[in-house]
Amino acid sequence: MKHTLALFVLLLVSCKTDKKTDTAQTNDIKTETSTNNDVKLEIHDFNGLEPYLNRTDDKIYVVNFWATWCAPCIKELPHFEALNANYKGENVEVILVSLDFPHQFETKLIPYIKEHDLKSKILVLDDVDMNTWIPKVDENWDGAIPVTIIYNKDKRKFYDQTFTYEILENELKQFLK
Amino acid sequence: MKLIKTLSILAIVVVVSAFSVNSKASPGYEVGDVATDFKLENIDGKKVSLADYTEAKGFIVIFTCNTCPYAVQYEDRIIALDKKYASKGYPVIAIQPNDPNVQPGDSMEAMKARAVSKGFTFPYLMDEDQKIYPQYGANKTPHVYILEKTNKGNIVKYIGAIDDNYKDASAVNVKYAENAVDALLAGNEVPETTTRAIGCSIKVKKSN
Repeated sequence: MKHTLALFVLLLVSCKTDKKTDTAQTNDIKTETSTNNDVKLEIHDFNGLEPYLNRTDDKIYVVNFWATWCAPCIKELPHFEALNANYKGENVEVILVSLDFPHQFETKLIPYIKEHDLKSKILVLDDVDMNTWIPKVDENWDGAIPVTIIYNKDKRKFYDQTFTYEILENELKQFLK
Repeated sequence: MKLIKTLSILAIVVVVSAFSVNSKASPGYEVGDVATDFKLENIDGKKVSLADYTEAKGFIVIFTCNTCPYAVQYEDRIIALDKKYASKGYPVIAIQPNDPNVQPGDSMEAMKARAVSKGFTFPYLMDEDQKIYPQYGANKTPHVYILEKTNKGNIVKYIGAIDDNYKDASAVNVKYAENAVDALLAGNEVPETTTRAIGCSIKVKKSN
Protein backbone atom coordinates (compact mmCIF):
# COMPACT_ATOMS: atom_id res chain seq x y z
CA MET A 1 0.00 0.00 0.00
CA LYS A 2 2.78 2.35 1.01
CA HIS A 3 4.58 1.51 -2.21
CA THR A 4 1.52 2.17 -4.29
CA LEU A 5 1.06 5.52 -2.63
CA ALA A 6 4.70 6.40 -3.15
CA LEU A 7 4.44 5.41 -6.80
CA PHE A 8 1.32 7.49 -7.15
CA VAL A 9 3.02 10.53 -5.65
CA LEU A 10 6.02 9.95 -7.88
CA LEU A 11 3.78 9.81 -10.92
CA LEU A 12 2.09 13.04 -9.95
CA VAL A 13 5.40 14.75 -9.42
CA SER A 14 6.87 13.52 -12.67
CA CYS A 15 3.82 14.64 -14.61
CA LYS A 16 4.18 18.09 -13.21
CA THR A 17 7.87 18.36 -13.93
CA ASP A 18 7.26 17.13 -17.44
CA LYS A 19 4.97 20.03 -18.11
CA LYS A 20 7.26 22.58 -16.59
CA THR A 21 10.47 21.54 -18.26
CA ASP A 22 9.21 21.18 -21.78
CA THR A 23 11.48 23.91 -23.09
CA ALA A 24 14.46 22.37 -21.39
CA GLN A 25 13.94 18.85 -22.63
CA THR A 26 17.02 17.01 -23.70
CA ASN A 27 17.32 15.95 -27.30
CA ASP A 28 18.19 12.33 -26.74
CA ILE A 29 14.60 11.19 -27.03
CA LYS A 30 14.53 7.92 -28.87
CA THR A 31 11.13 6.37 -29.08
CA GLU A 32 8.51 6.98 -26.50
CA THR A 33 4.80 7.26 -26.22
CA SER A 34 2.72 9.96 -24.67
CA THR A 35 -0.72 8.82 -23.62
CA ASN A 36 -3.80 10.92 -23.23
CA ASN A 37 -6.92 8.82 -22.78
CA ASP A 38 -7.14 6.78 -25.94
CA VAL A 39 -4.69 8.68 -28.18
CA LYS A 40 -1.16 7.32 -28.03
CA LEU A 41 1.55 9.33 -29.74
CA GLU A 42 4.44 7.48 -31.27
CA ILE A 43 7.38 9.84 -30.90
CA HIS A 44 10.69 9.36 -32.69
CA ASP A 45 13.95 11.09 -33.29
CA PHE A 46 15.13 10.91 -36.92
CA ASN A 47 16.86 7.56 -36.46
CA GLY A 48 13.56 6.17 -35.28
CA LEU A 49 11.64 7.71 -38.16
CA GLU A 50 14.04 6.80 -40.96
CA PRO A 51 12.87 3.18 -41.40
CA TYR A 52 9.36 4.46 -42.15
CA LEU A 53 10.81 6.38 -45.10
CA ASN A 54 12.61 3.35 -46.50
CA ARG A 55 10.32 0.33 -46.31
CA THR A 56 10.97 -2.35 -48.92
CA ASP A 57 7.73 -4.33 -48.74
CA ASP A 58 5.05 -4.28 -51.43
CA LYS A 59 3.14 -1.29 -50.09
CA ILE A 60 2.99 2.23 -51.43
CA TYR A 61 3.68 4.75 -48.69
CA VAL A 62 2.38 8.30 -48.71
CA VAL A 63 4.31 10.23 -46.06
CA ASN A 64 3.19 13.76 -45.26
CA PHE A 65 5.12 16.12 -42.96
CA TRP A 66 2.74 18.48 -41.15
CA ALA A 67 2.00 20.27 -37.89
CA THR A 68 -1.12 21.68 -36.26
CA TRP A 69 0.46 25.17 -36.31
CA CYS A 70 0.94 24.99 -40.11
CA ALA A 71 -2.16 26.38 -41.82
CA PRO A 72 -1.55 25.00 -45.33
CA CYS A 73 -0.86 21.58 -43.78
CA ILE A 74 -4.16 21.56 -41.95
CA LYS A 75 -5.93 22.59 -45.11
CA GLU A 76 -4.67 19.60 -47.10
CA LEU A 77 -4.77 17.04 -44.29
CA PRO A 78 -8.35 15.86 -45.07
CA HIS A 79 -7.16 14.86 -48.56
CA PHE A 80 -4.58 12.53 -47.04
CA GLU A 81 -7.20 11.09 -44.72
CA ALA A 82 -9.52 10.54 -47.67
CA LEU A 83 -6.73 8.94 -49.69
CA ASN A 84 -5.97 6.60 -46.80
CA ALA A 85 -9.61 5.58 -46.52
CA ASN A 86 -10.16 5.18 -50.27
CA TYR A 87 -7.00 3.20 -51.04
CA LYS A 88 -6.62 1.08 -47.95
CA GLY A 89 -7.57 -2.04 -49.89
CA GLU A 90 -4.93 -1.33 -52.54
CA ASN A 91 -1.83 -1.69 -50.41
CA VAL A 92 -1.46 2.01 -49.76
CA GLU A 93 -0.51 3.40 -46.36
CA VAL A 94 -0.65 7.06 -45.43
CA ILE A 95 1.74 8.18 -42.67
CA LEU A 96 1.31 11.62 -41.16
CA VAL A 97 4.56 12.82 -39.59
CA SER A 98 3.79 15.59 -37.12
CA LEU A 99 6.40 18.25 -36.40
CA ASP A 100 4.41 19.70 -33.53
CA PHE A 101 6.26 21.03 -30.51
CA PRO A 102 6.59 18.72 -27.51
CA HIS A 103 5.03 21.35 -25.23
CA GLN A 104 1.97 21.30 -27.49
CA PHE A 105 1.46 17.52 -27.71
CA GLU A 106 -1.18 17.60 -25.00
CA THR A 107 -2.65 21.01 -25.75
CA LYS A 108 -2.70 21.01 -29.57
CA LEU A 109 -1.75 17.76 -31.27
CA ILE A 110 -3.76 15.20 -29.29
CA PRO A 111 -6.91 17.37 -29.22
CA TYR A 112 -6.57 17.84 -32.99
CA ILE A 113 -6.20 14.11 -33.63
CA LYS A 114 -9.25 13.42 -31.46
CA GLU A 115 -11.41 16.19 -32.82
CA HIS A 116 -10.79 15.20 -36.44
CA ASP A 117 -10.75 11.51 -35.65
CA LEU A 118 -7.62 10.96 -37.78
CA LYS A 119 -7.37 7.39 -39.01
CA SER A 120 -4.04 7.47 -40.83
CA LYS A 121 -0.92 6.35 -39.00
CA ILE A 122 0.53 9.27 -37.08
CA LEU A 123 4.17 9.56 -36.09
CA VAL A 124 5.73 12.46 -34.24
CA LEU A 125 9.23 13.58 -35.20
CA ASP A 126 11.00 15.30 -32.32
CA ASP A 127 14.59 15.96 -33.33
CA VAL A 128 16.14 19.42 -33.01
CA ASP A 129 19.10 18.77 -35.29
CA MET A 130 17.17 19.73 -38.40
CA ASN A 131 20.17 20.64 -40.50
CA THR A 132 21.26 17.01 -40.25
CA TRP A 133 17.98 15.24 -40.88
CA ILE A 134 16.20 17.53 -43.36
CA PRO A 135 18.55 16.66 -46.26
CA LYS A 136 18.19 12.97 -45.37
CA VAL A 137 14.46 13.23 -46.01
CA ASP A 138 15.20 14.86 -49.35
CA GLU A 139 18.23 16.71 -50.68
CA ASN A 140 15.98 19.41 -52.19
CA TRP A 141 13.98 20.17 -49.06
CA ASP A 142 14.93 23.29 -47.15
CA GLY A 143 12.51 22.82 -44.29
CA ALA A 144 9.25 24.58 -45.11
CA ILE A 145 6.19 22.37 -44.60
CA PRO A 146 4.03 20.78 -45.83
CA VAL A 147 6.04 18.31 -47.90
CA THR A 148 5.12 14.82 -49.00
CA ILE A 149 6.94 11.71 -50.15
CA ILE A 150 5.27 8.95 -52.11
CA TYR A 151 7.36 5.81 -52.44
CA ASN A 152 7.43 2.10 -52.88
CA LYS A 153 10.41 -0.23 -53.03
CA ASP A 154 11.23 0.78 -56.62
CA LYS A 155 10.31 4.41 -56.90
CA ARG A 156 10.24 7.57 -54.82
CA LYS A 157 9.00 11.09 -55.39
CA PHE A 158 9.31 14.17 -53.17
CA TYR A 159 6.68 16.93 -53.33
CA ASP A 160 7.48 20.40 -52.03
CA GLN A 161 3.93 21.61 -52.59
CA THR A 162 0.38 21.46 -51.30
CA PHE A 163 -2.23 19.11 -52.71
CA THR A 164 -5.85 19.03 -53.72
CA TYR A 165 -7.41 15.57 -53.48
CA GLU A 166 -7.38 15.22 -57.28
CA ILE A 167 -3.70 16.04 -57.65
CA LEU A 168 -2.78 13.78 -54.75
CA GLU A 169 -4.78 10.90 -56.17
CA ASN A 170 -3.25 11.40 -59.61
CA GLU A 171 0.22 11.24 -58.11
CA LEU A 172 -0.65 8.07 -56.22
CA LYS A 173 -1.96 6.53 -59.44
CA GLN A 174 1.50 6.90 -60.98
CA PHE A 175 2.61 4.39 -58.35
CA LEU A 176 -0.38 2.09 -58.72
CA LYS A 177 0.31 1.44 -62.40
CA MET B 1 4.39 24.11 -88.80
CA LYS B 2 5.74 27.21 -87.17
CA LEU B 3 2.35 27.76 -85.61
CA ILE B 4 2.36 24.27 -84.10
CA LYS B 5 5.80 24.87 -82.70
CA THR B 6 4.75 28.18 -81.18
CA LEU B 7 1.60 26.61 -79.79
CA SER B 8 3.46 23.73 -78.23
CA ILE B 9 5.97 26.10 -76.65
CA LEU B 10 3.06 28.11 -75.32
CA ALA B 11 1.47 24.94 -73.99
CA ILE B 12 4.71 24.04 -72.19
CA VAL B 13 4.89 27.52 -70.68
CA VAL B 14 1.30 27.24 -69.47
CA VAL B 15 1.92 23.81 -67.96
CA VAL B 16 5.13 24.90 -66.26
CA SER B 17 3.57 28.04 -64.82
CA ALA B 18 0.54 26.04 -63.66
CA PHE B 19 2.89 23.82 -61.70
CA SER B 20 4.87 26.66 -60.24
CA VAL B 21 1.68 28.08 -58.69
CA ASN B 22 1.62 25.00 -56.49
CA SER B 23 5.28 25.11 -55.65
CA LYS B 24 6.25 27.08 -52.54
CA ALA B 25 9.92 27.56 -53.23
CA SER B 26 11.19 30.59 -55.06
CA PRO B 27 14.80 30.35 -56.18
CA GLY B 28 16.14 33.51 -54.54
CA TYR B 29 19.73 34.16 -53.61
CA GLU B 30 22.60 31.80 -53.29
CA VAL B 31 25.71 32.48 -51.27
CA GLY B 32 27.86 34.91 -53.25
CA ASP B 33 24.95 36.82 -54.81
CA VAL B 34 24.47 40.56 -54.33
CA ALA B 35 21.43 41.16 -52.12
CA THR B 36 18.99 43.90 -53.00
CA ASP B 37 18.47 46.88 -50.74
CA PHE B 38 14.91 47.87 -49.80
CA LYS B 39 12.89 50.68 -48.32
CA LEU B 40 10.45 49.18 -45.86
CA GLU B 41 8.34 50.65 -43.09
CA ASN B 42 9.58 50.15 -39.57
CA ILE B 43 7.39 49.90 -36.47
CA ASP B 44 8.12 53.58 -35.75
CA GLY B 45 6.60 54.59 -39.09
CA LYS B 46 9.95 55.46 -40.70
CA LYS B 47 11.30 53.78 -43.80
CA VAL B 48 14.49 51.80 -43.37
CA SER B 49 17.10 50.84 -45.99
CA LEU B 50 20.37 49.01 -45.69
CA ALA B 51 21.99 52.09 -47.23
CA ASP B 52 21.06 54.07 -44.09
CA TYR B 53 23.69 52.12 -42.18
CA THR B 54 26.77 53.90 -43.43
CA GLU B 55 28.98 52.51 -40.64
CA ALA B 56 27.84 48.88 -40.95
CA LYS B 57 30.21 46.18 -42.17
CA GLY B 58 27.30 43.97 -43.00
CA PHE B 59 23.86 42.85 -41.88
CA ILE B 60 22.04 40.02 -40.19
CA VAL B 61 18.76 40.10 -42.14
CA ILE B 62 16.15 37.87 -40.53
CA PHE B 63 12.74 37.16 -42.02
CA THR B 64 10.63 36.55 -38.95
CA CYS B 65 7.18 37.23 -37.56
CA ASN B 66 5.01 37.31 -34.43
CA THR B 67 2.95 34.24 -35.08
CA CYS B 68 5.24 31.38 -36.07
CA PRO B 69 6.10 29.24 -33.05
CA TYR B 70 9.66 28.74 -34.33
CA ALA B 71 10.10 32.49 -34.70
CA VAL B 72 8.82 32.94 -31.16
CA GLN B 73 11.29 30.33 -29.88
CA TYR B 74 14.09 32.37 -31.44
CA GLU B 75 13.01 35.88 -30.38
CA ASP B 76 15.37 36.13 -27.41
CA ARG B 77 18.23 34.79 -29.50
CA ILE B 78 17.55 37.36 -32.23
CA ILE B 79 17.71 40.12 -29.63
CA ALA B 80 20.96 38.63 -28.31
CA LEU B 81 22.43 38.57 -31.83
CA ASP B 82 21.75 42.29 -32.26
CA LYS B 83 23.15 43.12 -28.83
CA LYS B 84 26.32 41.19 -29.59
CA TYR B 85 26.93 42.21 -33.20
CA ALA B 86 25.34 45.63 -33.87
CA SER B 87 28.23 47.37 -32.13
CA LYS B 88 30.68 45.27 -34.14
CA GLY B 89 29.12 46.43 -37.41
CA TYR B 90 26.58 43.68 -38.04
CA PRO B 91 23.14 44.91 -36.92
CA VAL B 92 20.05 42.72 -37.07
CA ILE B 93 17.41 43.85 -39.56
CA ALA B 94 14.16 41.93 -38.99
CA ILE B 95 11.63 41.77 -41.82
CA GLN B 96 8.09 40.51 -41.32
CA PRO B 97 7.01 38.95 -44.65
CA ASN B 98 3.48 37.67 -43.92
CA ASP B 99 0.38 39.34 -45.30
CA PRO B 100 -1.56 40.61 -42.25
CA ASN B 101 -4.88 40.00 -44.01
CA VAL B 102 -4.03 36.32 -44.09
CA GLN B 103 -2.25 36.33 -40.71
CA PRO B 104 -3.82 39.07 -38.55
CA GLY B 105 -1.36 38.43 -35.72
CA ASP B 106 1.34 39.90 -37.98
CA SER B 107 -0.24 43.32 -38.52
CA MET B 108 1.86 46.46 -38.04
CA GLU B 109 0.03 47.10 -34.75
CA ALA B 110 0.80 43.58 -33.53
CA MET B 111 4.43 43.96 -34.64
CA LYS B 112 4.73 47.21 -32.65
CA ALA B 113 3.22 45.58 -29.57
CA ARG B 114 5.55 42.60 -29.83
CA ALA B 115 8.63 44.77 -30.34
CA VAL B 116 7.78 46.87 -27.30
CA SER B 117 6.99 43.95 -25.01
CA LYS B 118 10.16 42.08 -25.99
CA GLY B 119 12.33 45.19 -26.14
CA PHE B 120 13.54 44.79 -29.72
CA THR B 121 16.73 46.79 -30.23
CA PHE B 122 16.60 46.47 -34.03
CA PRO B 123 14.25 47.57 -36.81
CA TYR B 124 11.24 45.32 -37.36
CA LEU B 125 10.11 46.03 -40.90
CA MET B 126 6.99 45.07 -42.78
CA ASP B 127 7.46 43.65 -46.30
CA GLU B 128 4.15 45.22 -47.18
CA ASP B 129 4.18 44.57 -50.93
CA GLN B 130 5.73 41.14 -50.40
CA LYS B 131 8.38 41.98 -52.98
CA ILE B 132 11.53 41.64 -50.90
CA TYR B 133 11.27 38.16 -49.39
CA PRO B 134 10.82 36.44 -52.81
CA GLN B 135 13.92 38.18 -54.14
CA TYR B 136 15.91 36.86 -51.19
CA GLY B 137 14.27 33.47 -51.60
CA ALA B 138 13.01 33.37 -48.03
CA ASN B 139 10.22 30.82 -47.81
CA LYS B 140 9.73 30.46 -44.10
CA THR B 141 10.14 32.18 -40.78
CA PRO B 142 12.64 32.46 -39.28
CA HIS B 143 15.05 32.56 -42.24
CA VAL B 144 18.44 34.25 -41.85
CA TYR B 145 20.56 36.00 -44.51
CA ILE B 146 23.94 37.34 -43.45
CA LEU B 147 25.29 39.97 -45.81
CA GLU B 148 28.77 41.46 -46.07
CA LYS B 149 29.05 45.02 -47.30
CA THR B 150 31.59 45.32 -50.12
CA ASN B 151 32.34 47.67 -53.00
CA LYS B 152 30.17 45.49 -55.20
CA GLY B 153 27.21 45.67 -52.82
CA ASN B 154 25.89 43.56 -49.98
CA ILE B 155 27.07 40.03 -50.68
CA VAL B 156 25.13 37.07 -49.29
CA LYS B 157 27.51 35.08 -47.08
CA TYR B 158 25.17 32.82 -45.14
CA ILE B 159 21.60 31.51 -45.57
CA GLY B 160 19.72 29.41 -43.07
CA ALA B 161 19.04 28.88 -39.40
CA ILE B 162 20.26 30.71 -36.32
CA ASP B 163 21.52 27.57 -34.58
CA ASP B 164 20.89 23.85 -34.32
CA ASN B 165 18.41 23.69 -31.44
CA TYR B 166 15.17 25.65 -31.73
CA LYS B 167 13.89 24.12 -28.53
CA ASP B 168 16.56 24.99 -26.04
CA ALA B 169 19.09 27.79 -26.42
CA SER B 170 21.25 26.32 -23.66
CA ALA B 171 21.55 22.99 -25.48
CA VAL B 172 22.77 24.44 -28.79
CA ASN B 173 25.79 22.70 -30.28
CA VAL B 174 26.47 24.88 -33.32
CA LYS B 175 25.67 28.60 -33.54
CA TYR B 176 25.52 28.84 -37.34
CA ALA B 177 24.72 32.56 -37.55
CA GLU B 178 27.24 33.64 -34.92
CA ASN B 179 29.94 31.49 -36.49
CA ALA B 180 29.28 33.16 -39.83
CA VAL B 181 29.52 36.71 -38.46
CA ASP B 182 32.58 35.85 -36.36
CA ALA B 183 34.29 34.49 -39.46
CA LEU B 184 33.43 37.60 -41.49
CA LEU B 185 34.67 39.91 -38.72
CA ALA B 186 37.93 37.95 -38.59
CA GLY B 187 38.28 38.08 -42.37
CA ASN B 188 37.85 34.32 -42.69
CA GLU B 189 35.63 32.15 -44.84
CA VAL B 190 32.22 31.34 -43.33
CA PRO B 191 32.55 27.74 -42.06
CA GLU B 192 29.03 26.60 -42.96
CA THR B 193 27.35 28.79 -45.58
CA THR B 194 23.90 27.22 -45.77
CA THR B 195 21.85 25.31 -43.23
CA ARG B 196 18.28 24.09 -43.12
CA ALA B 197 15.54 24.22 -40.56
CA ILE B 198 11.83 23.68 -40.25
CA GLY B 199 9.89 26.90 -40.25
CA CYS B 200 6.46 28.35 -40.95
CA SER B 201 5.55 29.03 -44.55
CA ILE B 202 5.18 32.68 -45.50
CA LYS B 203 1.54 33.76 -45.72
CA VAL B 204 1.03 35.19 -49.20
CA LYS B 205 -1.52 37.87 -50.04
CA LYS B 206 -4.61 36.35 -51.62
CA SER B 207 -4.95 37.43 -55.23
CA ASN B 208 -8.62 38.40 -54.99
